[in-house]
Amino acid sequence: MSTRPLHRVPVTGRPAAMLLVGTGMLLAALVLVAPILAIAVNAFGAGVGHYLATVTHPDTLHAIGLTVLTAIVVVPVNIAFGVCAAWAICRFRFPGRKLLIAVIEVPFSVSPVVAGVAYLFVYGDQGLFGDALAAMDVQVMFTVWAIFLVSLFVTSPYVARELIPLMQVQGSEGEEAAISLGASGLRTFLHVTLPNIKWGLLYGAILCNARVMGEFGAVSVVSGNIRGQTNTLPLHIELLYHDYNTAGAFAAATTLAVLAVLTLVVKTTIERRTAALRREAMEDGAA
Amino acid sequence: MLPGFGLTLGCTLLFLALVVALPLAALLMKSAALGWADFLAVVGSPRALATYRVTVGAALAATLFNMAFGLLIAWILVRYEFPGRRALDALVDLPFALPTAVAGIALTGLFAGNGWFGQFLEPLGIKVAHSVTGIAVAMAFTSVPFVVRTVQPVLEDMDPELEEAARSLGATERQVFARVVFPVILPAWLAGGSLAFARSLGEFGAIIFIAGNLPFRTEITALLAFIRLEEFDYSGAAAIATVMLLAAFLLLVLVNLLQAWQLRYLDKTP
Repeated sequence: MSTRPLHRVPVTGRPAAMLLVGTGMLLAALVLVAPILAIAVNAFGAGVGHYLATVTHPDTLHAIGLTVLTAIVVVPVNIAFGVCAAWAICRFRFPGRKLLIAVIEVPFSVSPVVAGVAYLFVYGDQGLFGDALAAMDVQVMFTVWAIFLVSLFVTSPYVARELIPLMQVQGSEGEEAAISLGASGLRTFLHVTLPNIKWGLLYGAILCNARVMGEFGAVSVVSGNIRGQTNTLPLHIELLYHDYNTAGAFAAATTLAVLAVLTLVVKTTIERRTAALRREAMEDGAA
Repeated sequence: MLPGFGLTLGCTLLFLALVVALPLAALLMKSAALGWADFLAVVGSPRALATYRVTVGAALAATLFNMAFGLLIAWILVRYEFPGRRALDALVDLPFALPTAVAGIALTGLFAGNGWFGQFLEPLGIKVAHSVTGIAVAMAFTSVPFVVRTVQPVLEDMDPELEEAARSLGATERQVFARVVFPVILPAWLAGGSLAFARSLGEFGAIIFIAGNLPFRTEITALLAFIRLEEFDYSGAAAIATVMLLAAFLLLVLVNLLQAWQLRYLDKTP
């Protein structure tokens, strides 16, 4: 968070600056733009008809449906978790606060494959709850439930890590005033806290959503990969690819690539909006 | 005193216990049940050792690339005004937004013998697809944002007066960078590199498409854990996953130490 206005130097007429910027832009084009273009070109490599046939195939549509369903289940739970964690951490002092912040970030450091394997040892036949689940005749592994659970693990830090620094900076004076005037906790949260954190919340939720919809490693360990049943969109792309249907895999991939680009657009819009709000707040403070 | 402490902290701890701690504990218990000798036999087997060499080697190469590329991008984004700057700033996050499986097939398409990059590289004898180089390329792509996003805010917050003072005392641009700017961004740069390295060690989706996945040659550790599961060798999978988990925790501690160093540095400058 910058506290002073930046003075960026225009590059025109400065050979060293032009060289640095040129090199950076060229590398960015090769590293970041080329893969996106490759997806678009390869997706239509076998013609528009083949593209449409792949994207509207029942298996693809089912995979899209399952991916959207996973996001609908997982994102709200992680929003609730993020809000709870941020409220407890930013509005109260208690021993172990810093440790708790570190623990919340743990899933970011764990390989998705490790996460998938770990879940197998809780809910699988060989797992901690394996016998109990078998006795109740409940199958978790290799069903959509396992997909929901690992997705929850992999994306649990996204909302919390956006809200915690935001709510720490904002302080609790507004909320304390509302409580002292007799507002209930829920009312205080909805009318005082939420308006201040809504952009951070949306930002975290959007990143969480993109990761849920795109998660591959963890889901591929626990899903069972059954076509038309437990195949999410990323798994479906792998299936098509290994069927030597490369154009089909790229066609299915365009749906997720569009989602990624939309995520970036919304993310950038929110960042500019919050930066503008911060500038206004600073100007008000100076006046 | 605000309400909701017990409720929110309780929910947070319950969630973390069920969703995060329980599975990781179950994994460690499964590994422990194996016994020390059997554990070492699995994680020290020649095939497992080969995956560590491939994974760590490729992750180091990817991290070195990203430390150079990330520093360059962070520098030009903060210091210069040029057409396309805002687009570049947004584009840096693409590897986090793009699902890894999509990145995997896109990179494989680019570097295959008939791909846009592969058709120029293969005549030069540089084979990227189905080689360790391909693994490094996939790791490099998926971890691009780390170094940029850790160095960028530190550069933005630097006091320009420090550099002006150095210049007015006769320092050249190179000296200003080496003696004034670089020491300030060093902890963030190293922390970003460690994050990129950690991500590269655990990456799976983008790599398996481009790697070729030959045992002893182009097989990464995450894939070996996956293969052990498919062979119903659950203890073997648990042991290998445990090695990956411990490596991830070590790197997490390193990143936290680097960030503490960063904060101490910032506290000294008024």
